[in-house]
Amino acid sequence: MNQSQFEQNHQEQWSRFQALLGFLENKPDRAKKDVSIADLPVHYRQLCNHYSLAQARHYSPALVDRLHELVLRGHRQLYKKKTALIWNVLAFMGRDFPQTVRRHYRAFWLAFVLFYGPAAAIGIATYRNPALIYSIADERQVVQMETMYDPDNRKIGRAAERDSETDLAMFGYYILNNISIGFRTFAGGIIFGLGSIFFLVFNGVMIGGVAGHLSHPPFNSTFWPFVSGHGAFELTAIVISGAAGLLLGYSLIRPGRYKRADALRLQAPTALKLVMGAAALLLFAAFIEAFWSSSPLPPAIKYGMAACNWTLVTLYLVFAGRTGNGS
Amino acid sequence: MATKLDTISHYQTPEGIELSLALAGPMARGMAWIIDFAIRVGLYFILAIIVGLLGGLGTAIILISLFIIEWFYPVFFEVHNGMTPGKKVMGLQVVHDDGTPVSWTSSLLRNLIRCIDLLPLFYMAGFITMLLNPRFKRLGDIAAGTLVVYHRDATKVFTIPDHPAAPAPVPLRLEEQRLVLDFCERSGTLSEQRRHELALFLNDISGGETPENRLLAYGNWFLRGKGNSESKSI
Repeated sequence: MNQSQFEQNHQEQWSRFQALLGFLENKPDRAKKDVSIADLPVHYRQLCNHYSLAQARHYSPALVDRLHELVLRGHRQLYKKKTALIWNVLAFMGRDFPQTVRRHYRAFWLAFVLFYGPAAAIGIATYRNPALIYSIADERQVVQMETMYDPDNRKIGRAAERDSETDLAMFGYYILNNISIGFRTFAGGIIFGLGSIFFLVFNGVMIGGVAGHLSHPPFNSTFWPFVSGHGAFELTAIVISGAAGLLLGYSLIRPGRYKRADALRLQAPTALKLVMGAAALLLFAAFIEAFWSSSPLPPAIKYGMAACNWTLVTLYLVFAGRTGNGS
Repeated sequence: MATKLDTISHYQTPEGIELSLALAGPMARGMAWIIDFAIRVGLYFILAIIVGLLGGLGTAIILISLFIIEWFYPVFFEVHNGMTPGKKVMGLQVVHDDGTPVSWTSSLLRNLIRCIDLLPLFYMAGFITMLLNPRFKRLGDIAAGTLVVYHRDATKVFTIPDHPAAPAPVPLRLEEQRLVLDFCERSGTLSEQRRHELALFLNDISGGETPENRLLAYGNWFLRGKGNSESKSI
């Protein structure tokens, strides 16, 4: 068969396939109700056949290219990946996320140690020797920090003057700042885990140092009631973001039977689940930090709330999404 | 066949078809990024004007928008059709390694890891990774299993100009016939001088005053005369 005959025989079929593709590409939702898309696999395989024939018979490059284009578009439609469970937010946060954290408990505990280890060490050291704070932060930062938690402030937190409008603005700031830190801690894992380790240790040192320094009077009366409430969610989320990054790093360090790039690609979606769950926790933490932590309630109530939050986070991560068969 | 030194990435489908994807290099992607960057700056500018007057609420909106746009601006466009506005202008598209449209998971991964690609400054890490990677992947692309490819928009239909057919003076192999056909199909897009110049390369079979017309004649012979008893022998 020569090329013009071949084209004549199949032209109509190709046009129909092209129309079907155009329909699928532009209106994917409506297309589902359309019956004709049931024919997509059949049409697609026929087209593959035509393409192979055109190639094997060395028909003109333009025809081969044209068929290749149709095959490529058909392939995209037929093998399009389904949207993952992650987008069913409630199911994800209620079940999938805590399950994933438990499944990767080693990464979690490693990140936990990398974060709380330096935090505790530097915290105790700074508590004993308050001057140590000047080794991790410069004078301006220390003054700024002390003003924030000055008991003379009407409302404690990041600014001397706080009202409800400031609370809103700070909510935006916490989202931008804290979730970005979570994301960076995760992404750093791609440098063989080093970036995540760096961010975990760095944040641990900073937070520990600040906490040690501000545990002295007069700041202790404002600092701990302020941070204890949202800390449960915020610090846990940072640890989980770090664990996600460590997973990326581990897949590169010990790829097993895969090539490093493949091991990374296979592990990445799991790590993404962890970091997206952590982002949700950070969002929640930002909300508490902006509207609860800054409120002028007595410390006793705030400590009570903090105890509840820590218990809640622990119970959530340990028990949420458990089924009878021990997943 | 000898391996070609080009930027086409091949992927074999379950149907046994080999798909080819034209990979985009750092320059085209950099241009797309600059366009997107300009759009993002424009967005912030407009946002600042509109909500700047709203006090604390306005600040909150700006900060949250800053967060969303900095991290997720490309994601929104990529999951829709694989193209941010900048990529669309440059004719680029993000796809999975197998050529399928990019999913939420992959798009999020490649864009979160972007913050390492841009280290220490001006996307140095991403640029170096792209140069070392045979498929121009930055770190985010490696982790997400994605490629940035040239998007061929409409299917171009070339037609071979009609010309009285004539057999080639010597039998041509199929690859050689294909080469002649390629020339014929592209002849419409070339200037007369360039056609002449190109046709001269095949002087051995296309000799004479107008080598381009000789090639057209052979092309017509291969295309429309295939199946004739004479051409079977070729």
